Amino acid sequence: MINTKAIPDFSVSPHVDQVGIEERASRFTKRSIKNETKLNGLLLALNMIDLTTLEGKDTDGKVKQLCYKARHLHDAYPGLPTVAAVCVYPSMVKVAKTALGDSGIKVAAVATAFPSGQAPRDVKIRDTKFAIDQGADEIDMVISRGKFHMGEYDFVFDEIAAIKEACGDARLKVILETGELVTYDKVRKASDIAMYAGADFIKTSTGKISPAATMPVTLVMLEAIRDFYYKTGKRIAMKPAGGISKAKLALHYLVMLNEVLGEEWMNNQWFRFGASSLANDILMQLMKQKTGLYQSPDYFSLD
Amino acid sequence: MAVKKNNTIKLKFDSARNLAPAPESKSAAKINPRYDLFINGKFEKPQSKKYFSTINPATEEKLSEVAEAGQQDVNNAVKAARVAYDKTWKKMPGKERAKYIYRIARMIQERAREFSVIETLDGGKPIRESRDFDVPTAANHFFYYAGWADKLEYAFPNRNTLPLGVAGQIIPWNFPLLMAAWKIAPALATGNTVVLKPAETTPLTAMKLAEIIQEADLPPGVVNIITGAGATGAAIVNHPDINKIAFTGSTDVGKIIQRAIAGTNKKATLELGGKAANIIFDDAPIDQAVEGVINGIFFNQGHVCCAGSRLYVQESVFKTVVQKLKDRMETLIVGDPLDKNTDIGAINSRAQLDVINNYLKIGLKEGAEMYQASCSIPGKGFFVRPTIFTNVAQSNRIAQEEIFGPVLAIQSFRTDDEVIEKANNTPFGLSAGVWTDKGSKIFNMTTKLRAGVVWANTFNKFDPTSPFGGYKESGYGREGGLHGLSAYVNVV
Repeated sequence: MINTKAIPDFSVSPHVDQVGIEERASRFTKRSIKNETKLNGLLLALNMIDLTTLEGKDTDGKVKQLCYKARHLHDAYPGLPTVAAVCVYPSMVKVAKTALGDSGIKVAAVATAFPSGQAPRDVKIRDTKFAIDQGADEIDMVISRGKFHMGEYDFVFDEIAAIKEACGDARLKVILETGELVTYDKVRKASDIAMYAGADFIKTSTGKISPAATMPVTLVMLEAIRDFYYKTGKRIAMKPAGGISKAKLALHYLVMLNEVLGEEWMNNQWFRFGASSLANDILMQLMKQKTGLYQSPDYFSLD
Repeated sequence: MAVKKNNTIKLKFDSARNLAPAPESKSAAKINPRYDLFINGKFEKPQSKKYFSTINPATEEKLSEVAEAGQQDVNNAVKAARVAYDKTWKKMPGKERAKYIYRIARMIQERAREFSVIETLDGGKPIRESRDFDVPTAANHFFYYAGWADKLEYAFPNRNTLPLGVAGQIIPWNFPLLMAAWKIAPALATGNTVVLKPAETTPLTAMKLAEIIQEADLPPGVVNIITGAGATGAAIVNHPDINKIAFTGSTDVGKIIQRAIAGTNKKATLELGGKAANIIFDDAPIDQAVEGVINGIFFNQGHVCCAGSRLYVQESVFKTVVQKLKDRMETLIVGDPLDKNTDIGAINSRAQLDVINNYLKIGLKEGAEMYQASCSIPGKGFFVRPTIFTNVAQSNRIAQEEIFGPVLAIQSFRTDDEVIEKANNTPFGLSAGVWTDKGSKIFNMTTKLRAGVVWANTFNKFDPTSPFGGYKESGYGREGGLHGLSAYVNVV
């Protein structure tokens, strides 16, 4: 546990220069990723995916199909890794847990009145505990953006700490919903609050608000993780979510991760992509690398 | 676990540096085995009958050989320029001159890839920089000044302008094509003719530009490009029929030129050395400031006259900045300039490499603490690791003299007044950088720093519309923007 005296004054979180951060983020996209670096990057990206379905119309059948996909991404390519986790609503955790069996793929549940977070704290805690009871390995919570905008940082901090407590051994991902925070300064502040309050992951977005993850926003959060690591020696994981549907973009994110936090973060313990359609695009690129030819999307299963 | 050095947590970046090779193809670049002098619209063999080699500093292989212009060749070039000035160029309406300049700009754009590859082969700079900075900015300069050619009456309202005549232009090796553009574009726009000499280590893109000028059908003699070393430059400077000298290069040569033209009615603009202060206050956006420091000193291997080679950091954030700087340096990729992932390419020449290595020794001898990125560097060619010095004092030579390489001297400061005094305590005054979140502090600094360019929360940003030039021993006159026109006209 962190000594409370070590918790910084969040009203003075470091500033972020908008022009500078966007310029730096675009620099990563200039890296030319080829041959074995590309292949390794694609396989790694695949292994970092939290395959996600978060819809009102989700059913047991849909979740089972998604779980099968998670285990068998593309059997025409032997030796592929699996995705890191399947991400569902708490009511679907049990179905997913059963379907994934002993595959080692984690089940992540979005809790705390996802996606708005507009519910009393006890409801959020019960929501979290329900997901844990159902067998969730990871909890994706949302912060109270309204309270954050009102400047009630203590409220936001305490709420994250309370959910962390309810999580027990499950790893906690804290969704900042950066599309609703808008400025980089606020993203930085929310990142600091989440990490000091006990987040295991900080995550950009719910996927329900546009813009979702962007490279500059992710860079702000990675820099916050780096500063936290410099100060405490404790590693925090990162999950950009929403809007990353192309393999090339995923590789740009990995270049960024590799150059900001280094190789110790380059695995699915410390980095995830929250995405649903990214997997198939990566599979398509992998088959292209293997066979030299692009195949039609019809050759890749849609689940 | 993280590697701990001096109780500081370090991140690991080996895999970030070891990417699969991504070399740019050389096939776009057609380099002749030999280049003659471009005089009066034609490529002519030198009267001197002499040629010298130009090499690729990354491999030390010969790329081509170029003519060495002697006194007679310089006379011919100046004569061609004078005839072209009197007979065609000074009488041509501005909007007609503009057409030629636009044409040159467009042709540079069309052949951007070829220019980038040759610039990188001949000079050693990373292809990413020649592709994304040098060549597009050079084209932009021609576009920008083409626009002014028929609008000089608006640039100087209610006044008449007359061109000066023949301009002798001598340019350095750090941005060969871009410097040629900086010099040629405003001269042509204002109705002058040109004799230009590129640096002896990087003549190839200037000769390519000569090819474009020929193809663009510019009237013969309006632009003459002759190659050679110091003696050729001296012959241009001392030629009696030259009306204007535009020089970019070292302060030493700048002083020689100034002595040479004393007592003549030659006009001059000199853009000389620098030792820019980059200043980080404790309220700065630190990560972006660190990035600005990296860009400020390691851009183009530090071969930049306005490089941010002195870093001043407020003491309360000194440790953080140095820690972040060191980690950031570990991610820099040093090596083959033609590889698209290379951040730092080859030092331009063996002579310059010796200068830099000598300063590293001086720094160590002066008691400064040296830190170099742990990357490996190629065995062949001219390379040096990105280097920073801490524990530096204002009285150290590494903090006073221009090194012109990827070497940064870092000092701390306590108050605004102290840092202004230290930043100004140099014979140079080309550029400076200020990093703070506070607008009022920026304006306070910019009014007190004696430097021609002051960047706030950014560094090494260039634009054709923005004037550039120095204070004190960094030279005089401005290039770029509206101010760049005044250097080539008599206002009557």
